[in-house]
Amino acid sequence: MTTGTFQPAEGGQAFTLDGRAVPFAAGQTIIQAALAAGAYIPHLCHHPEFKPHGSCKLCTVKVNGRQTAACTMQAQAGMDVESDTPELNDERRALVQMLFVEGNHFCPSCEKSGDCRLQATAYDLGMMSPHYDHFYPSRPLDASHPDVLLDFNRCILCSLCVRASREVDGKSVFGLSGRGIGAHLIVNSRSGRLADSDFSAADKAASVCPVGVILPKRRGFAVPIGERTYDAAPISERDVRGVS
Amino acid sequence: MSYHLETAEHPETLRRVAIDPVSRVEGHGKVTILLDEQNRVHQVRLHIVEFRGFERFIRGRPYWEVPVMVQRLCGICPVSHHLAASKALDLIVGARRLTPTAEKIRRLMHYGQMLQSHALHFFHLCSPDLLFGFDSEVGRRNIVGVAGKYPETARKGVLLRKFGQEVIRVTAGKRVHGTGSVPGGVNKSLSIGERDALLAEIYHVIAWSREAVRMARELHEADPALYNSFGICRSHFMSLIGTDEQGHGALDFYHGSLRARDDAGGLLFDQVDYAGYDRYIEEEVKPWSYMKFPYFRSLGPANGWYKVGPLARVQNCDRIPTPFAEAERREFIDYAGGTPLHAPLAYHWARMIEMLHAAETIKDLLHDPDILGDALTTQGARQSEGVGVIEAPRGTLFHHYRVDDDDLVTLCNLIVSTTNNNQAMNEAVRHVARRYLHGREITEGLLNHIEVAIRAFDPCLSCATHALGRMPLSAELVDADGQVIHRLSSGG
Repeated sequence: MTTGTFQPAEGGQAFTLDGRAVPFAAGQTIIQAALAAGAYIPHLCHHPEFKPHGSCKLCTVKVNGRQTAACTMQAQAGMDVESDTPELNDERRALVQMLFVEGNHFCPSCEKSGDCRLQATAYDLGMMSPHYDHFYPSRPLDASHPDVLLDFNRCILCSLCVRASREVDGKSVFGLSGRGIGAHLIVNSRSGRLADSDFSAADKAASVCPVGVILPKRRGFAVPIGERTYDAAPISERDVRGVS
Repeated sequence: MSYHLETAEHPETLRRVAIDPVSRVEGHGKVTILLDEQNRVHQVRLHIVEFRGFERFIRGRPYWEVPVMVQRLCGICPVSHHLAASKALDLIVGARRLTPTAEKIRRLMHYGQMLQSHALHFFHLCSPDLLFGFDSEVGRRNIVGVAGKYPETARKGVLLRKFGQEVIRVTAGKRVHGTGSVPGGVNKSLSIGERDALLAEIYHVIAWSREAVRMARELHEADPALYNSFGICRSHFMSLIGTDEQGHGALDFYHGSLRARDDAGGLLFDQVDYAGYDRYIEEEVKPWSYMKFPYFRSLGPANGWYKVGPLARVQNCDRIPTPFAEAERREFIDYAGGTPLHAPLAYHWARMIEMLHAAETIKDLLHDPDILGDALTTQGARQSEGVGVIEAPRGTLFHHYRVDDDDLVTLCNLIVSTTNNNQAMNEAVRHVARRYLHGREITEGLLNHIEVAIRAFDPCLSCATHALGRMPLSAELVDADGQVIHRLSSGG
């Protein structure tokens, strides 16, 4: 899963990732430094434009033998980081399987298929089946907005839309409500409907969803098979080219 | 409404033989036969026992998702559902006329689908019965057996299907369950490389299709006593017929208006806009099957049932707009002698004529520069309701949707091709049971006669059986207490 060539800066600080030196600048997290150096660490809630959230736990690595999230842990010189190991990848695969069964993810008819980070990550981790029993939760769509559809069935609670709306759009249209297994995405409007919020299709929050929750209406399957994001290269290769 | 041999007077006194599964009909089907102590047949039913529910779970979904979602109804002819849904949703997005590129790419996809499906059915599923005999040695009655004794026939059958699948791949993105057709058009056209790769093969495909028609015809003509009577059920016919735009009265698989003929070939209705299909067709529900029984509303359930698919289409149209297939159609009509053929085994001959027409049409489309164009979609004033109808390999396929102001589907009604043939298949099975099983001890070969009759209609049955060289077929004799007293099984 590690790709690219590491090039430690002369005189710069570095840590080792799976036995190879990774340079970093002060303040960078492990995942920021790794991706910049061409080393892929699986992740879903991390986005290079937003502050760390540390919720999906997919980027869990071992630092000097102890597990921690690579998206929240700042890089330090001399760290010994393990990421691409059978043990960690087994745990990541289990996390992805749990995400699949907690929601309603029907890739065969999902317009996000081929562009979906959850699907691409599952492929990359070699997930062959959901393994766990499906929850089949009942999550009605919100199609009230004229330009954007919300399909909550696919939400993985990464909170990227929450952060984008709050930090970039300055609107706080989205929020996470409930706790534990009851946590779910909500729309901050009096009615709870997107149409009654000040959300716009031009908002950053409209384009940041890694799965198929926030979708522009009437686009559907406009992009043919073969030209979708992950048709040409797996996520582990695309992410280290600076495309998240 | 109940037909002869549909419901026995005293079923509690009879023994039940079940063929379960017959094989797949978009899931699961079985035949039950009730016999008395002398093995006389009192009741025969073809049941579709699996409930799918697509019409329900489509509701509440965004309309642009539907063409990709509904094609999962079928793994053999998903393109038909993909396109029928797209045609209905074209109307929702106000695309009453597609761009030339979009229409021709869809036609290419659909005719590729017809080619591969018909080749699969004839060569993989039916040729073992037709070449070796209905009650021939079961171990050889499969495509592997055909490949052993008739290697060139099997090879060409495989290559014909492969070509059709490739046409689907370049138009839809995948050989099975692609995404090429979208409301208002398509999402890709062909590259020059894709076109040229198909052109390099198409003349072989046409030649092999002509050989296939000859083979089907020679099989039919070699044993007219069998082929003209086996499982025969007289009924009306229905199919799409090309409108003036496509060539009035011409065979057209993609678009047209509805035409129906009675069992003697007289017109029942013609040039009917399929958007009003529900004024002409009604469906009866019977408690013993999940598949409905459609009939012409004006004639009622007793007299209004009909056949669809190749046998209906080839005899319903005035002409086939490609030369080789048209010549074969004329031969077929001449053979029939002025009145329609109703024998299920005549489906095979008609089906191969259609396969030849599909191959010729693909050739014509590949020479049309519009398939390389880049005007892929169009739209107009948004509508709330749309009906899309297409001639699928197995017959006329109806998709009907309503969409609300939020773009979510509120109604989905599907009449799938196999459903149209429900009564005809039941009647064919009853005819075969009366003729071959009545008063005899049941054997695997006799049971296969039942399957041969069903298979002639190509209702997505038996994909896994002949194709894999196995016949997962079992028959049980159950006494009045439910005890199995005799069991026969084969393959599987």
